[in-house]
Amino acid sequence: MFTTVAGRKTYAYTANKPLDSSLPAIVFVHGAANDHSVWSLQSRYFAYHGWSALAVDLPGHGRSEGAALDSIAALAQWLVAFLDAVNVTQCYIVGHSMGSLVGLETAARHPSRVNGLALVGTAVPMQVSDVLLKTSAANDHLAYELINTFAHSPRAQLGGNRVPGAWMLGNNMRLMERSANGTLYADFSACNDYKDGLDAAKKVQCPVLMILGQRDLMTPPRAASQAAGSFSEVRTVILEGAGHSLMSEQPDAVLDALIGFVDTTRTTPA
Amino acid sequence: MAASKSYRLDTLSLHAGQQPDAEFGARAQPIYYTTSYVFPDTDHAASLFNMERAGHVYSRISNPTNSALEERIAALEGGVGAIATASGQAALHLAIATLMDAGSHIVASGSLYGGSHNLLSYTLPRFGIETTFVNPRDVDAFRAAIRPETRLVFGETLGNPGLDVLDIPRVAALAHDAGLPLLVDSTFTTPYLMRPFELGADLIFHSATKFLGGHGVAIGGLLVDGGSFDWDKSGKFPTLTEPYEGFHGMVFTEESTTAAFLLRARREGIRDFGACMSPMNAFQIMQGIETLGPRMQRHIENARAVVKFLDASDAVSHVVYPELPSHPDHELAAKLLPNGCGAVFSFELKGGRDAGRRFIETLKIFSHLANVGDAKSLVIHPATTTHYRMDAAALRKAGIAEGTVRLSIGLEAADDLIEDLARALRASQKV
Repeated sequence: MFTTVAGRKTYAYTANKPLDSSLPAIVFVHGAANDHSVWSLQSRYFAYHGWSALAVDLPGHGRSEGAALDSIAALAQWLVAFLDAVNVTQCYIVGHSMGSLVGLETAARHPSRVNGLALVGTAVPMQVSDVLLKTSAANDHLAYELINTFAHSPRAQLGGNRVPGAWMLGNNMRLMERSANGTLYADFSACNDYKDGLDAAKKVQCPVLMILGQRDLMTPPRAASQAAGSFSEVRTVILEGAGHSLMSEQPDAVLDALIGFVDTTRTTPA
Repeated sequence: MAASKSYRLDTLSLHAGQQPDAEFGARAQPIYYTTSYVFPDTDHAASLFNMERAGHVYSRISNPTNSALEERIAALEGGVGAIATASGQAALHLAIATLMDAGSHIVASGSLYGGSHNLLSYTLPRFGIETTFVNPRDVDAFRAAIRPETRLVFGETLGNPGLDVLDIPRVAALAHDAGLPLLVDSTFTTPYLMRPFELGADLIFHSATKFLGGHGVAIGGLLVDGGSFDWDKSGKFPTLTEPYEGFHGMVFTEESTTAAFLLRARREGIRDFGACMSPMNAFQIMQGIETLGPRMQRHIENARAVVKFLDASDAVSHVVYPELPSHPDHELAAKLLPNGCGAVFSFELKGGRDAGRRFIETLKIFSHLANVGDAKSLVIHPATTTHYRMDAAALRKAGIAEGTVRLSIGLEAADDLIEDLARALRASQKV
């Protein structure tokens, strides 16, 4: 579905279903140089299991107009404007990588609107390596190649995907290549410059789930431990053998962790 | 500066798409010879059917062995995924049926494998899909043939029988200018000799029966999606960009930004037309792909040795091979096919049909049959076999002379092949 946020045409995947305000809402936020499609399996499941599921395309990503926003604060502000635009007053937020920081900041700023927060492949702070900042600043294709290397576990480098016939590395590469020049750098800068994450974590009032990849080189599990200690209610699921591209490497495990989280933290049944 | 770590062709040929079997640790790819898969519970079943979970439901639509093969070819081609089909012809049909309806039009190279030519010339018009054939060496002819209802541009990486080298960068560019994808048949080149996605092609298919399998025991096809073509921007492909009532109103380009074509091909084409690959064939083709690099290297070395020998023979009027300066695509081949121009080529024997007959019947190592891309060397004389009903004039129109002989060079010792050919050439010239 399309809506308008800050005057810009904005897309969110809803599994081709109209939004139903009587259902609980769950919002999925993608990471750097990605779009809604990284959540297609998980968001589709929720859309067909009693939820209003919305997988957004952040500004300048996928089908959403505008330039990429270069700070987590601006992205959190945008996400709330999006929720207003689609009349979602309360929701669960599920974010991957950069999207996890957007979810974290949103939950800290608007505790009454976020019922639960799932951080997938997260690190707080989320320091981005110099080589990725430099290559993305130069719009060098090497940045995408390095990401594909860093973002997939050694096992995933050779495939063996659960989605029939899908080559994960190829998919991720083509998805990143669709980004306009400057998008990846804006995204990485937003992650790298976000220094308020640990303070934000202390302000979060809702239950938090962290889904981490044991072999994640971009956001290794140890980089999430400090934030984990700052949340009032948190559980952590570490997926054995998984890298950073958790939703494609282990789609069912991510989904099962999310189902378990919402089933045990929701105050009203679907 | 850090280096990216993407595996090379010889490594991907052996490993891509496959993990050691979790149950028993089998190192080889297990053959999942099953039609169907037990659902843990009803919700899981419903989620699989509705594409909320990854996995397999029924082997016509997907199968773990086929899936490993599909990933492997996608990795080798640098695509986003693939679908294994019952044959190369099934892969071509699946591509066309996924992209267009009755009333659509294709622009194709005129130098195609006979089966593909037949499909486009005679069979698809019965279903309302017309094709205009153009000279593959005339790039402007592709552009001129495009109509408002055109939905696909199609050619072979190396045409048949003249080994016309398709100028993929230029043909892809003109196709894209018209909002159309370029599909190439990459059977003769394989990813060892050319990676068409890197040159601009959007879709690739293979008759995996040939060099990919290499052993001549399994028929199969592979359709690979490069994932770059922007179906939404083109606006010419409602099968991918508008709700599909056959799958809960799914809009494939919304469901998958990069693999919408494959989603529709699997969720409609393979499901409804049903031309799937047997898991046994998928296993056999994977065994072939494991040695693709070393085999192709040897195919090329042998082909070059045989071309050199034939080119110097008094019994041969000319050899058609793009590495020879006499070939019209010599320069283009040097650019697009630096590692070799394949191992299937033709030459013209002096002495017409009778010489051709004597030549074929004297050969001992070359097998006289209608296939290419086998590990064993193969030969066919079109004027006395596939095209025997044609007179000399009709043959000329098809680009074939009465003395034309097609060879598919295998992996035998090159000297044995040359000795076999030398003996047969001598016999062919005896009156």
